[in-house]
Amino acid sequence: MVQVAFFVGAIGATGGALAVIALRNPFYSVLALVVHLVSLAGLFLLLYAQFVAAAQVVVYAGAVMVLYVFVAAYVGAVEEPIWEPIPGQRFLAPLLAVALLVELTIAILGTGLTALDSEGPTVHAGFGTPAEIGNLLLERFLVVFEAASMLLLIAAVGAVVLAGRRTTPPTSSASRPGSAGSGSEVAAGPHAPTATSSLAPADPPSAAEQGG
Amino acid sequence: MDVTWYVVLSAVLFAIGAGGVLIRRSPLVILLCLELMLNAGNLALVAFSRAHGNEEGQVFALIVMVVAACEVVVGLGLIVAMFRRRLPLNVDEMRGLRG
Repeated sequence: MVQVAFFVGAIGATGGALAVIALRNPFYSVLALVVHLVSLAGLFLLLYAQFVAAAQVVVYAGAVMVLYVFVAAYVGAVEEPIWEPIPGQRFLAPLLAVALLVELTIAILGTGLTALDSEGPTVHAGFGTPAEIGNLLLERFLVVFEAASMLLLIAAVGAVVLAGRRTTPPTSSASRPGSAGSGSEVAAGPHAPTATSSLAPADPPSAAEQGG
Repeated sequence: MDVTWYVVLSAVLFAIGAGGVLIRRSPLVILLCLELMLNAGNLALVAFSRAHGNEEGQVFALIVMVVAACEVVVGLGLIVAMFRRRLPLNVDEMRGLRG
């Protein structure tokens, strides 16, 4: 039963990964990556990593992939020319990937780590549950946890700086509530544009981009 | 199932991701292939955590997921900025910093 679940998950993960690099449309590549991530979550469950599997589905397949889908839909299909800066790159690149796989497989199969040739020790009930992972994160790895949260904050600020436009033309931001056509914003009158533009600096550029 | 199976599977996924980074030219798909490689590393971490019978590898995998989310946010911000400046979305044509 475990073997069947493993091979179903392995085939799903490998097929999803191959589809990501084989499909031409980036939108379908993103959807293939969702299949890959859900299959990996199943494999995590087989390894008694319950919380990691749940976080994989919720954070990755749920949140990060939605971000990818939005950007893929915003950018649209990008045609990839066949022009090669390095001669023979189309054949050299898969060759390099296969060489990497062979080397890694030799290293794994010839390793001296004897624990790899077993199913692993029997684990206690509650191995990998949110309670135990939370205990580790908040006691032993507290500094790592705080560093990760700071990294997330820096990344959010960096994304706003990168994707937002610095100077917003005043005419487009003033005409935005009128073009939106909402009743409350029309009733609010001249106060609405300043309030919305000061609260959400990333919003007016997108409206200006679609208009211009 | 031996833990070796999981580690070999993670090697296969990592090789697929590395090949994708080398073959494709769209920056969006290259980011997707980076995700593949990070997830292969995650699978290996969780498998080693199972082999040793403690949960520290799982905490490591969670932190890797956080770092991957940060990388995705900054990378997608760069792609959106490139698209808005009408720059070509092709990593071979973005070589203004090449010496």
